[in-house]
Amino acid sequence: MRVAYWPGCVSRGFTPELHGSMARIAPLLDIELVPLDRASCCGAGVIAEHNQELADTLNARTFALAQKADGTALMMNICSTCQGSQSECQERLDASAEYRAKINQTLAGEGLSYEKGLTNKNLLWLLVEELGLDELRSRVRRPLTDLRVGPFYGCYIVRPEDRVGIDDAHPRDTYLDQVIDALGGSVTDYAGTHKCCGFPIITMNKDASLKQAGRHIGDALDAGADCLVTPCPLCHLNLDLQQPMAARAVGRNLGMPVLHLPQLVGLALGLAPDQLGLQRHVVRPTSVIDWTTAVVGEVGAPAAGG
Amino acid sequence: MAEFTLRLRRYDPESGEAPYWEEHTIELEPHRSVLEAILQAKARFDGSIGIRCSCRAAICGSCGVRINGRPDLACHKHLDRAEKQSRDGVIEVEPMGNMPVIKDLIVDMEEVHWKKIRRVTPWLIPKQPVPEREYIVPRESMVDVTQSMACIQCGACVSDCLSMEVDPAFIGPAALAKAYRFVGDPRDDQHFERLQDLAEDPAGIYDCTHCFMCIDACPKGVAPMSQIMRLRRRAGNDFKISDRNNGERHEHAFVSLIKQYGLLNEAELLPRSYGGDSPLAKFKPAATTELATSLPVIAKALLRRKVTPAAVFKPHRLPKQDLSAIAGIYDTIEGREQREEFNIYISGKDEDR
Repeated sequence: MRVAYWPGCVSRGFTPELHGSMARIAPLLDIELVPLDRASCCGAGVIAEHNQELADTLNARTFALAQKADGTALMMNICSTCQGSQSECQERLDASAEYRAKINQTLAGEGLSYEKGLTNKNLLWLLVEELGLDELRSRVRRPLTDLRVGPFYGCYIVRPEDRVGIDDAHPRDTYLDQVIDALGGSVTDYAGTHKCCGFPIITMNKDASLKQAGRHIGDALDAGADCLVTPCPLCHLNLDLQQPMAARAVGRNLGMPVLHLPQLVGLALGLAPDQLGLQRHVVRPTSVIDWTTAVVGEVGAPAAGG
Repeated sequence: MAEFTLRLRRYDPESGEAPYWEEHTIELEPHRSVLEAILQAKARFDGSIGIRCSCRAAICGSCGVRINGRPDLACHKHLDRAEKQSRDGVIEVEPMGNMPVIKDLIVDMEEVHWKKIRRVTPWLIPKQPVPEREYIVPRESMVDVTQSMACIQCGACVSDCLSMEVDPAFIGPAALAKAYRFVGDPRDDQHFERLQDLAEDPAGIYDCTHCFMCIDACPKGVAPMSQIMRLRRRAGNDFKISDRNNGERHEHAFVSLIKQYGLLNEAELLPRSYGGDSPLAKFKPAATTELATSLPVIAKALLRRKVTPAAVFKPHRLPKQDLSAIAGIYDTIEGREQREEFNIYISGKDEDR
């Protein structure tokens, strides 16, 4: 499958292991990435907070570039926040031909134009809806046997439900659970799975921000998780990079490894932890990975998956 | 008639006993509401079940509860739908969150909800001189506030607000939506004062963590978070209120960095959020203090090569021609006399016309 690939900013900035691990797993899943290297930041909700039309125009430009990318079936992102911010702009753009025409007028100078109805899916949605869980399961080389994984979705990919397309036929708020299961791991159910990491207010109310991260990590720890997995690099910043500070904010030891979605997929597909940049995390995932043999979870997991 | 099983969370703080779950099977048509089911259980099995309700038509806002873990009005949820969304075929009903329980499904909304509503001065402060007859205002400006006027004070958004969960002082979604109702009203005389008050309060508009919980929680489509974002837009852009919580600085730094680089430059965003929108921000006291407290985090990130010196000193940016296209977009839009704000709640969608 050939996709117009939007990696986002943070996956190439402060969480380079995310973009790196995506590039690693793509060929193993027969996903051909056509990078949108001319597109700008989605605005992460902050540009929309400043000026909605500006955010809508910048993202319409990204969508137009995606629609021009040759032979691609759809646009794919690897960031919950990009998914949410772009869906918000797309909802407005798709709602009104008049509004769309106005936005396209601003893009006309570059010869770009956005046509209603682009499909833009996060890797998580693509894995379940395009590739399919059976297909994913069949490609697992090293199942995550006995690994207890707490899914951390990130707000932007689960709310508002109607905007992000959650309905009976598309229970997207359960996909991360389903993917963990397909990779052979076991899902740890905990209170914070659909909650907010606190990142958006880290510069405004640091204490409240870190308390959110610390609380959810603590809940996952109490529920017995070995690690968390998230499709959102901004969540990763608060859950991993800031985890020592979050632990201090909630007054308890945490030490919870947090994996990016492509890293978890990559481990199950047989890639080595260092190929996936796991050594770059602040909280080392040693508790879930035997670094000497690069076997996930309990030693003795079957070598080939099914 | 069909059978439905309810699992109610029972709790009487005065009894000294811990909360417990109790199941009742009731008979009702599938399109009847969860509230009717609770009332049937109360009438048939246990008169001591505590539930607050009045209109039974999603108007009065009395029967806010959590159904299957999510906030809603008990009278606004059909039984068949509730059963479908349940984990195990049993409809779970518990009191709303973030507020203390008085008894069973009844919570005390005084401290967390009503006090916050009063906190935002929820009445019109008329522009002087008060006209002899009615104020004449543009129609659109009143349509603009109808969304926030739809609030019925049920507390569903307060129940699941994730900022309030860790910071009970946060003014919260319901009260801030109410604040926009007056900030957006052209007849009100105190827009600036209201906004400055809400921007400077550490528990004000910049304490919202942008989680969308309140948007999904609201049974009336008020979208409180969207109203909070409008308050921020008006405070930062229209009134240039530079608050002590870094809200406005963060927003302006973010917006201007995207113009400059096309992509987010995190290494610059942090100091500028504290020190202001300039490359020299990192040398200002507010930023250096913050950078110093973050030093262990920064050091670890560098050590693990999570953040490389190249990412800090030579950040990624778009090719020149794209940057100039983006600057052009900025200039066009920021040069408009009036900010364009397309609100689907008001305009509707093409396909619904």
